[in-house]
Amino acid sequence: MCLTLLIYLVGLFFSETVSDIHKKITTAFKLFDYDANNTVDAREISTIVFSLGCFPSQADLHQIIAEVEEGSSGYVHLDTFLPVMTKVLLEHRFPPIPVEHILRAFEVLDKENKGHLEEGELTKYMTEEGEPFTNKEMEEMLAVLLNNKRGLVYYRDAVGLLGFDGVMK
Amino acid sequence: MLSWLRGIGTVMGCGVSKSSQFHKNSRKAIKAAVLIQRWYRQYVARTEMRRRYTWHIFQSIEYSGEQAQIKLYNFLGYLMDNFTPASSERNLISHIFREHEVCLDAEWERYFCYKNIEVPEVYSGPHLTFPLTVEQAVGLLEAFRNKKQLHSRYALQLLLETWKLLRMLPNINRISTCQSKEITICGDLHGQLEDLLLIFYKNGVPSLEKPYVFNGDFVDRGKDSIEILLILFSFLLVYPCDVYLNRGNHEDHLINLRYGFTKEVLTKYKIHGKRILKLLQKIFSWLPLATVIDQKVLVLHGGISDTTDLGVLARLDRHNYVSAMRPPKKRNSSSSGVSIDADLEEDIWNTSKIFQRRASVSYPKPLGPRDCFQNRSLQDFSGRIKVKMEDELESSRRRESVYQLAINRSEKDVLGVSNDSVTSYDNPKEEWRQILDLLWSDPMSQDGCIPNEVRGGGCYWGPDITEDFLNKHNMQLIIRSHECKQEGYEFCHNRKVLTLFSASNYYDVGSNRGAYVKLGPDLVPYVIQYQASSLTRELTARQSVGRTERSALKVLREQLFAHKSDLICAFKKFDKEATGLVSLNDWASAVESVMHLDLPWRMLCSQLVSCKSSDGTIDYNDWFNELAFKGPNAADHIDQSLLETLYRHRSTLETIFRIIDTDNSGFITVEDFRQTWKLLSVYLKMEITDEDISHLAVTIDSNNDGSIDIDEFMEAFRLTDKKSRLERGRSMFMGTVTDLTKLEGDPSI
Repeated sequence: MCLTLLIYLVGLFFSETVSDIHKKITTAFKLFDYDANNTVDAREISTIVFSLGCFPSQADLHQIIAEVEEGSSGYVHLDTFLPVMTKVLLEHRFPPIPVEHILRAFEVLDKENKGHLEEGELTKYMTEEGEPFTNKEMEEMLAVLLNNKRGLVYYRDAVGLLGFDGVMK
Repeated sequence: MLSWLRGIGTVMGCGVSKSSQFHKNSRKAIKAAVLIQRWYRQYVARTEMRRRYTWHIFQSIEYSGEQAQIKLYNFLGYLMDNFTPASSERNLISHIFREHEVCLDAEWERYFCYKNIEVPEVYSGPHLTFPLTVEQAVGLLEAFRNKKQLHSRYALQLLLETWKLLRMLPNINRISTCQSKEITICGDLHGQLEDLLLIFYKNGVPSLEKPYVFNGDFVDRGKDSIEILLILFSFLLVYPCDVYLNRGNHEDHLINLRYGFTKEVLTKYKIHGKRILKLLQKIFSWLPLATVIDQKVLVLHGGISDTTDLGVLARLDRHNYVSAMRPPKKRNSSSSGVSIDADLEEDIWNTSKIFQRRASVSYPKPLGPRDCFQNRSLQDFSGRIKVKMEDELESSRRRESVYQLAINRSEKDVLGVSNDSVTSYDNPKEEWRQILDLLWSDPMSQDGCIPNEVRGGGCYWGPDITEDFLNKHNMQLIIRSHECKQEGYEFCHNRKVLTLFSASNYYDVGSNRGAYVKLGPDLVPYVIQYQASSLTRELTARQSVGRTERSALKVLREQLFAHKSDLICAFKKFDKEATGLVSLNDWASAVESVMHLDLPWRMLCSQLVSCKSSDGTIDYNDWFNELAFKGPNAADHIDQSLLETLYRHRSTLETIFRIIDTDNSGFITVEDFRQTWKLLSVYLKMEITDEDISHLAVTIDSNNDGSIDIDEFMEAFRLTDKKSRLERGRSMFMGTVTDLTKLEGDPSI
């Protein structure tokens, strides 16, 4: 309780007030509120959380969804989501990853320092390690990142191309 | 984060054993993978967000355009009914409401005669002979694929034959999937020939073994509306028992005036376009209203309401409802045997009562999805035209005298018109409402039924209404169109309602897929999706979202600029100390209060405003300078607010011009031009001085010959892009076109 208050007060020092944060969250939420009744499908929560500038892990997301979902209905109501998400934003719980770190990450995978990754290499890492992609996610990623006929991912270009938007205003 | 990994790298070879080194490396790799995955997933979410709000932008503007259209016609109808025939204003708009222009069908057939139209030797398109054969229909398809145009002689002939056929069809088609036939159902095509060709390519052309149902909205917005009609009609003529056409809300000449079909026909058929349009007006009114498959599946364009009654719909005389915009004149037989057009509409401002249905809410649920539009109903408009009691009486008297005149003129013909033997209306108002609902309604997820005030016609209906309706008629599924869906289709109401939309890339390249449905004897819908345009396939998801987003934002910026005065007023309310600055929050609130588009303004702000200061405040005057669209020299001496009006209401303006241009020449006289502005000023409740109008007229009629080229006018004020001529393709705003070449290789997204 005290901690929350402290965080709240600290939050006040930043340019964003709680009211601003509420507005941000509500706007993002409402884009998925198809029935205009302040509920969204629980499966959209990850998109909403990401779009608010957060970089949670899959486990983090599962936790949030578990916290806000209405029982097992598969729906989330704004009234439940708002305080939870506000706290997440005030605490900067899932801060953005700096671009250089993404580049370094690619370099780690690029063991031979070729400057690029083979399609097969990337696929192996993305679908087998960490928080694995589904086949669909992998397909889509390749469609975006593989823009040449040789089946190579030039990751420096990719990181630059996809841009980086740590914060959705 | 990763900095510690770099640290590990440097301690390699410091006496660490090989296996733990291996573990460390793979831990490194795992961490790296996690970061990349997280980064990528964030990117995907962002892209999805942008896609959502881009869609939202287009849809909001589209629907509010439809609403504006309906308001305009109600206004014109009011003028029609409240001015004596002598008045010049009435003459101006009278020809679109020619309900009293009743002639014998035989007379019409003479008017539409094609026989004396000669086909020149140089004509390289198809030659048609009737009765039409399937080879000719397929030949027509090929010709259109090769960008040929059908000669007006054959077009008229084809349309005449179609008209004759349609007159024999019932209001509700009834078909069955006997003999294991699969029926193919298509949704809105909106003049997008590429999509129709794609469907025929994937699914085969209509035939005895391959029946088709086309669910309305064949025309408007796309650039090949007439070609689509000609193809559909030719297959209808060849296979009258295997091709079924339902009327859509765009099969309506009043709508066509605004949304491009009228313009298309007049451009493609310069000499005979007017005749073709008139004939199409009749054809549209004779299109069946719905199709029922195996008595279990109802296919119609818009939807239903809590009062939809298939019995009423089956019995009414559909061809009397030429346009869903205008209620029909009721014909009562007076004692002298002369039909008198009664005051069906009562007062035009009471027409809004027809839209004002009691919300039959079963449970106390919150308002429908677009409750921010509640204020913008037709009642709103009616409030502007308050008429005093005496004037009301005066106008009723005037109206009766008008009708009496009309009757006297056409009395003989009225009594003679009897292809439809009993021209009796059950209750014309009720029938009109039924048709309006059928063509304009949209489903919603809440129970109940409320007026569709976003579009301005029909209603929103809920799952309980669907349930009741299907039970009452012993049916199991409603297939409708009318709404663009990203995947080309969408189920709702417990999978009892299927929305089907067949115009892919409707808002812009890459915006959505199209779909069609196959229905076999099991009546389980099988959906097939597609997307026309090879360009789409080459674009990645990122690029196509980017380009669509860009065009949506461009349109939005124009709309914002067109509302400059109102916006400045709104900003000033927040900027009490007149600093010229507002916060982001206040900016968003002000913009929404003026634009009423229910868009995520805060999210869009970074895309719409580039002149933000470091502390996040916005200098709104700078912003308008940023937005300002540079008019040509012509616009320089025109009053800014007039320019704004011009811009904001350009669709309405162009529509009125085209209405006035009675011989469809593309030119109107300076005098008519003045009258247009007078009309507009009443409609908008604005002061537009004669001087203003003179300035405008002089600017355009540069050769001083007393006539104004409509297209030139619209272009001169940058109200249309030069490139937005028909050849360039669809432009639902008749003003903005994404210049495809400019967008390629744009690195900023």
